[in-house]
Amino acid sequence: MKIGVVTFPGTLDDRDAARAVRFAGGEAIALWHDDADLKGVDAVILPGGFSYGDYLRCGAISRFSPVMEPLIAAAKGGMPLLGICNGFQVLAEAHLIPGALTRNQHLHFLCTDQKIRIENNTTAWTNSFTAGQEIVIPLKNGEGSYQCDDETLKMLEGEGRIIARYVGENPNGSRNLIAGVSNERGNIVGLMPHPEHAIDLLTGPTADGLGFFTSVLKAMVK
Amino acid sequence: MVLDTVALAKAHPDTPQPFAELGLKADEYASIKEILGRRPTSSELAMYSVMWSEHCSYKSSKIHLKQFGEKAVKSDALLVGIGENAGVVDVGQGYAVTFKIESHNHPSFIEPYQGAATGVGGIVRDILTMGARPIAIMDPLRFGPADAEDTRRVLPGIIAGVGGYGNCLGLPNIGGEVVFDQSYLGNPLVNALCVGVMKHSDIKLAKAAGAGNLVVLYGAKTGGDGIGGVSVLASETFDAKGPAKRPAVQVGDPFVEKVLIECSLEIFAEDLVVGIQDLGGAGLSCATSELASGGSGGMKVQLDKVPLRDPSLSPEEILMSESQERMCAIVEPSKIERFLEICKKWDVTSTVIGEVTDGTHLEITFNGELIVDVPPRTVAHDGPVYNRPLAKPDYVDAVAKEVINPPIPVTSAEIKNVVLTLAATPNLADKSWVTDQYDRYVQGNTIQSQPDDSGMVRIDEMTHLGVAVATDANANWSYLNPYEGAKLALAEAARNIATAGAKPLAVTNCLNFGSPEDPGVMWQFAETVRGLADGAFEMGLPITGGNVSFYNQTGTTAILPTPIIGVLGVIEDVRTRTPMSFTDAGLELYLLGATDENLSGSEWAYLHGMRGGVAPTADLAREMRLIDLLVTANQNKLFTAAHDLSQGGLAATLTEMVLRHNVGAQVTLNNPGNSLVSETPGRVVVAIASDQAPSLLALAGAKNIPLAKIGSTGGDALIINDCVISLDELRTAHTETFKKLFG
Repeated sequence: MKIGVVTFPGTLDDRDAARAVRFAGGEAIALWHDDADLKGVDAVILPGGFSYGDYLRCGAISRFSPVMEPLIAAAKGGMPLLGICNGFQVLAEAHLIPGALTRNQHLHFLCTDQKIRIENNTTAWTNSFTAGQEIVIPLKNGEGSYQCDDETLKMLEGEGRIIARYVGENPNGSRNLIAGVSNERGNIVGLMPHPEHAIDLLTGPTADGLGFFTSVLKAMVK
Repeated sequence: MVLDTVALAKAHPDTPQPFAELGLKADEYASIKEILGRRPTSSELAMYSVMWSEHCSYKSSKIHLKQFGEKAVKSDALLVGIGENAGVVDVGQGYAVTFKIESHNHPSFIEPYQGAATGVGGIVRDILTMGARPIAIMDPLRFGPADAEDTRRVLPGIIAGVGGYGNCLGLPNIGGEVVFDQSYLGNPLVNALCVGVMKHSDIKLAKAAGAGNLVVLYGAKTGGDGIGGVSVLASETFDAKGPAKRPAVQVGDPFVEKVLIECSLEIFAEDLVVGIQDLGGAGLSCATSELASGGSGGMKVQLDKVPLRDPSLSPEEILMSESQERMCAIVEPSKIERFLEICKKWDVTSTVIGEVTDGTHLEITFNGELIVDVPPRTVAHDGPVYNRPLAKPDYVDAVAKEVINPPIPVTSAEIKNVVLTLAATPNLADKSWVTDQYDRYVQGNTIQSQPDDSGMVRIDEMTHLGVAVATDANANWSYLNPYEGAKLALAEAARNIATAGAKPLAVTNCLNFGSPEDPGVMWQFAETVRGLADGAFEMGLPITGGNVSFYNQTGTTAILPTPIIGVLGVIEDVRTRTPMSFTDAGLELYLLGATDENLSGSEWAYLHGMRGGVAPTADLAREMRLIDLLVTANQNKLFTAAHDLSQGGLAATLTEMVLRHNVGAQVTLNNPGNSLVSETPGRVVVAIASDQAPSLLALAGAKNIPLAKIGSTGGDALIINDCVISLDELRTAHTETFKKLFG
């Protein structure tokens, strides 16, 4: 199973995402933002970072990168696509996921070991978890407050598209404690916290994050 | 505006020049004239003034810093020593590690966010310049009193700046220090450390060898930021109508630096450069003169080719600009095409601005006119050297006579009060408010970070080889006795990496002091350097480089002497490190090292306004035996946890251990009051499974380190004799302080 990991200028967690793919048993393939070629991968991860320095708005410039055209087409065709942190911001800018990520309510960058609850375990990226399972993975961002209008929020809640929620105190002011959102089909997921930093106890607070990567491998076998 | 050329300088030898405004003394100006055999052009004057500044030339400190070389131990581990951008040490398996600390104190006081951000940016480029991938940063910081109004101004900005730049570069922040003291009010200290890793074969040096090789400037375009004092050349002497006052503080763009790092590493991987230098303090003046001096001396540069952000910049300003995120490389003509191609891939501006010649002069032209013609060594290395007067300040003997006798707790209520007070005092309180603004996870190799004794990163995923780094300074002790203070800081930093099981390998430093023109400060500095050089020799550790920051004072009041000492060590397998705390109940707690009753310089004395006394005498032979014990115990898997004692003594150490994983402890102390607050150096608390006790006793005996069983782990409270402090109460005291102070 080949999983592409896209590097934009300013991407930081690409090597971490590739390592997580390998830990889960997949093959990580490096994709370059300026190359409109998905190299035959079965799924793609848009990793965290500060692509294009977060200029204009987070993810606003990256979403026009050449690699995004075939990627958007493939994802609309059902290919699993995970956007983590800055990748989530790119998905929102590309309108693959509704809503927007805004400045944390407390205005600080926040790096913390965050408890989240998996609300929907039927997506391509969450099927290794049980519904309602609580896990701890790092959250680290300055602009992670998920916002959308009331109608969208109602739709997301109604359709079970809020795939993960923060547990405990709201870390950034996200509406309804939203940590992750999927598209209607469940193949595209945007996730604010970082599962790729929680793949073993040596370097992460837990190994809980590995589930996202084993999920997509299972989804592709199906 | 008239371009001041070499021809003009020869034709008009008596033109008055603003050397004093540029910070040069009359005799320094005279020696420039003597070197050149004529008056300097305004561009040459600008170059000399900035390269002969204290910051670049180390003119007041050089004469003392020589000891680091003279007293150095022979170390096979040292691959590159003092003098290059950063020292490099061999850590085995073909890997080399480079690390260095630099200060950015004054810019951070003026503009906290950008000052701190560009402090991180500068040290990261120094590490990159050695050919290494930067892998971690640390930030030893000092501020005025935590509740002072100006601390509220500078601290949030400095923390946000360190985080904003480091996070955006994708570098984990693996530790640092936040210490408050009145003497730093009006002069906060922002020191930044960076660690980088490379293969031995990838080490790069700042040298421009090989006539015909090209000089390439790449990275950000050059603007008017960070020009500082040199702007008098433009604004007062030459062009009164020129651009208004420029910011003397540089403005950073971490995105450009991140791209510059990846671009440079790709260039290094293809072996496309002969020599390389980053542009930091003194900008192109420094880079061109240092690169040229590293080779035969000959170099021609066409300054008009430098890509500008602000086209109105004069040649003097282009030479002086400290615009961030720029590098200068020496490239063979056959490799230039590939070099430029990689820059294009990363959207990095790159321009050939000159070439290496077989001459001995650095020649710089502007639109065809020769404006600089100098022997580059005279600019870069042969600056003035001062043997400044030094005298032991009167306060030293006076404060030594003070009796340091803060109230020692006796009753349970008093003991509880002491533990909670120390847990909550800003110098010892939980620093999550700070460190949660830093990314500690990026790159996926962070094994330890704040609040551990040291930062630790894995450098090889297959073999699990790693390095640990700690920085320490105890300015209270350095104030009482700078010689012992330096040795004690060195010992503490080394101990901090050894508690995790890493073997100390090399030392770096950042020496923060007041004005070198004050004989008392100069004495503090000289004593510190002597102490550090003696200490490193005694411990068998090479000093790989360092940084000196003078003029840290408000009015005539200098900061406490603050030598930040960094020690780097290697650990063969990061999976076996000894953690700082325990997760299980039923472990036995032992205290390694003896406790005395000298409270001079301790946090408890400080809280009672007692600043005097006599600093402890560093016993480095004992420290080395203790380090040996810690490393051996780690290799034999003896310890479940180990945590150093330093500021706040046993009270602070126990607080940090029980709160880390929310597992309590019961301890029994004979003399609880003094035992809790004493900061006697050379002590560590360890947790072991009870069946390891005989091995620990044998090891401590063999290393001649005093050992005392003090208690055991478990429960939901820290119990000291009859005093019970619930973990909830302790946590509240420890964690509320920063939130209350800074929101």
